[in-house]
Amino acid sequence: MTAVISISGLHKFFGPTHALDGLDLTVEEGEVHGFLGPNGSGKTTTLRILLGLLRADSGTARLLGGDPWHDATELHRRLAYVPGDVMLWPSLTGGEIIDLLGRMRGGLNIRRRDELLERFELDTRKKGRSYSKGNRQKVALIAALASNVELLLLDEPTAGLDPLMDAIFREYITEERHNGRTVLLSSHILAEVEALCNRVTIIREGRVVESGSLAELRHLTRTSIKAVLARPAPGLDGLPGVYDLQSDGSRVRFEVDTDQLNAVLAHLTSVGIKDLISQPPTLEELFMLHYRGRLKGGEEEGKNTKESR
Amino acid sequence: MKSLVGAGRVIWLILRRDRFLLFLWIAALALTPLMFASAFQELYPTAEQRQAFVATSGRNPSFLLLFGPIFDSSIGALTAWRSAPVVVLVGLASLLTVIRHTRVEEETGRRELLGSTVVGRHSQLASALIVTFGANLALAALLALGMIGMGHPPVGSIAFGLSLAAVGWVFAAVGSVTAQLTESSAAARGIAIGALGLSYLLRAVGDVGEEGSRLSWLSWLSALGWAQRVRAYAGERWWILALALGFVVILVFAAMLLSSRRDVGAGVLRPRLGPAAAPPWLRGPMSLAWRLHRNTLFAWIAGFAVFGVMYGGVADNVVTLLGDSPQLRLIFERIGGTAALVDAFFAGIMGIFALAASAYAVQAALRLRVEETALRAEPVLATSVRRLSWAAGHLIFAVIGPVVLLAVAGFTSGMTYGLISGDLSHQLPRVLAAAMVQLPAVWVLVGISVALFGLLPRLSAVSWGALALFLLIGQVGPVMQLSQWILDLSPFTHVPNLPGGELSMAPLALLFGVGAGLTAAGLTGLARRDIGSGAG
Ligand SMILES: Nc1ncnc2c1ncn2[C@@H]1O[C@H](COP(=O)(O)OP(=O)(O)OP(=O)(O)O)[C@@H](O)[C@H]1O
Ligand SMILES: [Mg+2]
Repeated sequence: MTAVISISGLHKFFGPTHALDGLDLTVEEGEVHGFLGPNGSGKTTTLRILLGLLRADSGTARLLGGDPWHDATELHRRLAYVPGDVMLWPSLTGGEIIDLLGRMRGGLNIRRRDELLERFELDTRKKGRSYSKGNRQKVALIAALASNVELLLLDEPTAGLDPLMDAIFREYITEERHNGRTVLLSSHILAEVEALCNRVTIIREGRVVESGSLAELRHLTRTSIKAVLARPAPGLDGLPGVYDLQSDGSRVRFEVDTDQLNAVLAHLTSVGIKDLISQPPTLEELFMLHYRGRLKGGEEEGKNTKESR
Repeated sequence: MKSLVGAGRVIWLILRRDRFLLFLWIAALALTPLMFASAFQELYPTAEQRQAFVATSGRNPSFLLLFGPIFDSSIGALTAWRSAPVVVLVGLASLLTVIRHTRVEEETGRRELLGSTVVGRHSQLASALIVTFGANLALAALLALGMIGMGHPPVGSIAFGLSLAAVGWVFAAVGSVTAQLTESSAAARGIAIGALGLSYLLRAVGDVGEEGSRLSWLSWLSALGWAQRVRAYAGERWWILALALGFVVILVFAAMLLSSRRDVGAGVLRPRLGPAAAPPWLRGPMSLAWRLHRNTLFAWIAGFAVFGVMYGGVADNVVTLLGDSPQLRLIFERIGGTAALVDAFFAGIMGIFALAASAYAVQAALRLRVEETALRAEPVLATSVRRLSWAAGHLIFAVIGPVVLLAVAGFTSGMTYGLISGDLSHQLPRVLAAAMVQLPAVWVLVGISVALFGLLPRLSAVSWGALALFLLIGQVGPVMQLSQWILDLSPFTHVPNLPGGELSMAPLALLFGVGAGLTAAGLTGLARRDIGSGAG
């Protein structure tokens, strides 16, 4: 597998704002990569650097084997971009804009365009100024999806789409995934990321806090356990991976790292379990923790696949 | 009155956003007439000199055309007469301000944000009008106080100030109506400026004949004509101000009515549907630029042609009426012409066309910044379009547009004059050359715009400041006999005085070099800098 996008140690300042603070990101060929992070964490900035619209202050970025700044025009023939805020020319129709963007990108698949227009139910004869937010988004999406390109860079592409259109978008991205196109998808919608992405990267304040496959990430979360034991269990809080222990006689409540679950349950069994409720980890929880900037319990040491300081 | 809830806050917002802009135009437009007043004081200190001036200039058709009739020989009356171009600018500034805070707000969606808070349906419109009306009153007060301070009669000074404000109010109201008509702010501006242009034409054509001539009633159809006929310092006619006010009330009422019959964001004129697919030629940055610029360019061409025909049509009168007047000859020399009166007339007219063409050029060049801040540059530059090709698409219009416009102006005025004077083969090339020789100066403004856009994008709008400065230097410089280095700041000072004068290549080459150098510097900056709304 070759990396389509590889970024390391990227820094970008806007005056005093340190928008990217040593960002690393690798996207392999053929994967749909979710790119998450709270508002203002630097997702759009990263995409704009990859497009050669912004110049990084330090660090390296490679895109499709080229330099995003110097080889911009050649690289842009091989990718399509859907910006987060889609703005259209007020006097051009949606149909004209789709064709124009496709032609400037280096080719449009007409059959696919027509199919997309039908599926997304877009009236292409309206002028740019009269489209709603969702319809503006559709114009940019159709122009991107109908282009003959290897890589799609999508910045919150479903913002403003209704659930029906959202479902159609997911169908197309799934299809792209089967066809082996590479997609970098910035998003705030967890269900979308879970449904579409093989791997995700979560950033915060311009730094990566988590990166890996969804299975790996699930592994990193904690299971919460409520149990009624046969007798009070000594030594439970000494076990590795146990947090937030609250015990009330033989009743205990705690959280446990999912990869320590087996050892901890063995300990409970040895004491004797009368009742047990275990709550599986949700990605949602994990994201929320990262978005808030802390994992539960306050420590994050060595729990991430990537650097997290 | 529920529809006006929250207007206070909107007014405050507008004042905050525009505090510098408002201050600038109020100050500049109030001070210019004061400068005229002190210039007249210096040039014609005695009553006899002024009477002699009025006896000639008051009947000079080209002066009638540009400034209208003179009603009295007092300095105040002469100042009010000479300030006619300022009155046009007051109208322009007022309509632009109103549209900026109504249709532009809706087009960018900011209005919706505000509309969802506790702000009544008419608050935005009312606030924009109140601010603009207030600005005009401030301008009137400043001007009147200045004139009174210089020792001119208080009553006349108040009438003078109010006559400017009346024009400001009328065109603010015109702007408020056109802002309701279309979804696009560019179209709203276009229609309102068209109304201003028509107003100017009606006044100019009506004034060329003597008072009471066949066409003089046309001036009465023009708000600019009303301002003159208030007759400040010459037996004020206050009822004309009431007439203007009545017109304003009708227009504002119409705007409110239109506004309550349409949706936010929509116009009264429904947009038509367009083609479902792009024509084959629409395939790159050049063709995109053509789509974006063509309507504006056509409108400007039409305007230049109309004014070209009009100016060419009256040029002949300059000779027949006053060809032998030595005083007038002297006056023409003072405003910077050569000996031949018609030649001086055309040289002056072409200077005006050049300023207008520069406004077009700055507008076309700054379209780059508009596209960038409206986030429409980004999707184009994310395709295989190079930055420089994208810029070139728009800059072709900034560079070639003025060529076309000045050619149209030169051709239509030269043709009309040639046909009337029966000397077409001789006059057409001379007048055309006088138009084209302005180009290098116009291109300096393109250079300034591109340099700012490429190197200091946040300051791009300063290009308009440069144009305003050159306009001011051209208007008051020769009258006030400013020192040469100030006059030299304006590229238009260096344009050879054609027709009639000598065509020297050196200043043209210098202007061309400055324009090209600034453009190259700007493009180099563009190639290196960040692209984005906040970039700079
Ligand atoms: N042109 C600019 N000038 C100044 N600051 C900027 C500029 N562009 C981005 N920033 C700042 O850089 C930081 C990162 O912004 P960015 O747009 O990349 O965030 P994001 O992750 O895309 O956020 P969102 O989820 O809201 O889209 C923010 O603090 C933002 O304010
Ligand atoms: Mg973003």
